[in-house]
Amino acid sequence: MDELNKTQSSAEEVAQNDLHESSVVEGENNGKKKAVCRKDMTKAQWTWKEMKRNKVAYFMIAPFMLVFILFTAFPVVLSLLLSFTNFNMLEINADMIVWFDNYTRLFFDDDIFLLACKNTLIFAAITGPVSYILSFLVAWFINELSPRLRALVTLVFYAPSISGSVYLIWGIMFSNDSYGIVNGVLLDLGIIDTPILWFYDEKYAMTLCIVVALWMSLGTAFLSFIAGLQTINKSLFEAAAVDGIKNRWQELWYITLPMMRPQLMFGAVMAITGSFGFGGVVTALCGFPSVNYSCHTIMHCLEDYGSTRWEVGYASAIAFVLFLIMIGANTIVNKALSKVGQ
Amino acid sequence: MRIKEQKMRVRNHQVVLNRSVGGDTGIFVFLAIMGVFMFLPMYYTFIQSLKPLDELWMFPPRFYVSKMTGKNFSDLFSLLNTSWVPFSRYIFNTVFITALGTFGNLFLSSIAAYALAKIPFPGRKGIFWLMQKSLMFTSTVTAIANFLTLSTIGLMDNPFAIIIPAWGSTMGLYLMKQFMDSSISDDVLESARLDGCSELRTFWQIAMPMVKPAWLTLIIYSFQGLWQTGSSPYIYSEQFKTLNYAIAQITAGGVARAGAAAAGTVIMMIVPILVFVITQSNIIETMATSGMKD
Repeated sequence: MDELNKTQSSAEEVAQNDLHESSVVEGENNGKKKAVCRKDMTKAQWTWKEMKRNKVAYFMIAPFMLVFILFTAFPVVLSLLLSFTNFNMLEINADMIVWFDNYTRLFFDDDIFLLACKNTLIFAAITGPVSYILSFLVAWFINELSPRLRALVTLVFYAPSISGSVYLIWGIMFSNDSYGIVNGVLLDLGIIDTPILWFYDEKYAMTLCIVVALWMSLGTAFLSFIAGLQTINKSLFEAAAVDGIKNRWQELWYITLPMMRPQLMFGAVMAITGSFGFGGVVTALCGFPSVNYSCHTIMHCLEDYGSTRWEVGYASAIAFVLFLIMIGANTIVNKALSKVGQ
Repeated sequence: MRIKEQKMRVRNHQVVLNRSVGGDTGIFVFLAIMGVFMFLPMYYTFIQSLKPLDELWMFPPRFYVSKMTGKNFSDLFSLLNTSWVPFSRYIFNTVFITALGTFGNLFLSSIAAYALAKIPFPGRKGIFWLMQKSLMFTSTVTAIANFLTLSTIGLMDNPFAIIIPAWGSTMGLYLMKQFMDSSISDDVLESARLDGCSELRTFWQIAMPMVKPAWLTLIIYSFQGLWQTGSSPYIYSEQFKTLNYAIAQITAGGVARAGAAAAGTVIMMIVPILVFVITQSNIIETMATSGMKD
């Protein structure tokens, strides 16, 4: 802002000296003076001037924006448009447009979708906050370890989230015959006398999927918290101790959390997006569809209609609902978090 | 104004404030339990891959191996060689996709991040807002529309159907932009510009060397995503399938292949873990600036 004011005032001086030359300062060597007297222009003119001055920037972002728009932004719009049709990849005809039929069918006629919605929300409402708090607590607890030890503990906690299909081991540990570790141990101790089906039993499937999800959820948010905690100025804690902070929890509430707000907000985005985008693991562990749809999520509905039945219009409606849920959850949580420590 | 004596404790030769012995013990116990929970499945996968067949199906199952063997790994390779597409082809595909996707993403993201962070052009706030929003939904949402787009532009059954969308991944751009915001001072860039250095050259010769941790992090993120590319709806020819896909086929082979499957999983997990171990300090440095401003 200071720069701008300076430029403005210097431009004004020039304007006083010679009214006609006030907008021809571009010839001068000093790059800053190119920003001509802003008062003489409308907002549109000023913006246009700035755009021309910085046109190289548009070339620099153009390649990325092209790919981003084509494969991330445009698909959202396309999903919205397709969701008003009954397009199915096979036939294109005039009466394709069905307006809100897909949505009424989703919310009033499709019991499986409603069940999937319920499952997804339960799933997200548990894994999201728990993984978020867990990430923060672990990051906070290991913050005071020596750097070497901290790096090791970070690796142990972070590794499951980057190891690809290693979660399949849960399928072996909780395998439904007596060769699975858990059934083996329980049988051996005489707690049960027939093996439990675990992932293929309605009673346990959802809970186990949540456990697996939590196991592999200490990802980007966790790293962000570790890094953020390292950057807090240590002298703040000393000052706080002098000012009467009595224990680590007060320290957390009054200093650490407010200082961490940017990382907390970023971590929340990662945790929420992760908790909704969790379908492949369920498919791999519980099968598709899961027993009595006990673990059927919106992702599975999408897969079902999108790539099995090819009802693209209907699937697009599901995709758009999922998009709205994700964006909505993120917006609400970020609004709430921006108030931490204020 | 005086800190009470009993509150003063010494750890690692430093005075620590506001830390009780009870709290420290509780935290240690919590971390130990969580650590075992996190580590045990990883360890068990590793152990499974070293067990001979008779130990794999032993009752009750064991957490250790008595006759260690490398046979699962050799089984895995001989199984992979029996497929009609040579094994090396799967490796080539994965390496090709990973390398091209990662470097494309690195190049496009860092040049765009530089413009967004350091050139005050109109519209950059709006564009960055859009990028931030895109972190809030997963690719599940865009999968169907992308299928249509890719088939329209004729990229179906082509490795570039995976590579090109990866170039537009916003995670790397976001981290890079945040890191540039805080680690490159405007004065340095300004003096370069005054010396007549073009914007592109400033980016390449001055900004890029200053953000090494950020581009390492971007490479790791992109690598982790692409390395694990498995079966994709955009690719159906066997000669374009990836290593992860080939190993998943073996894993699906059931009881007789349990050993080979464990070996495959270990190979797929060891690479990203090793990469993370090597680059951890750079990633943490980048993550320090990852915060979102409101």
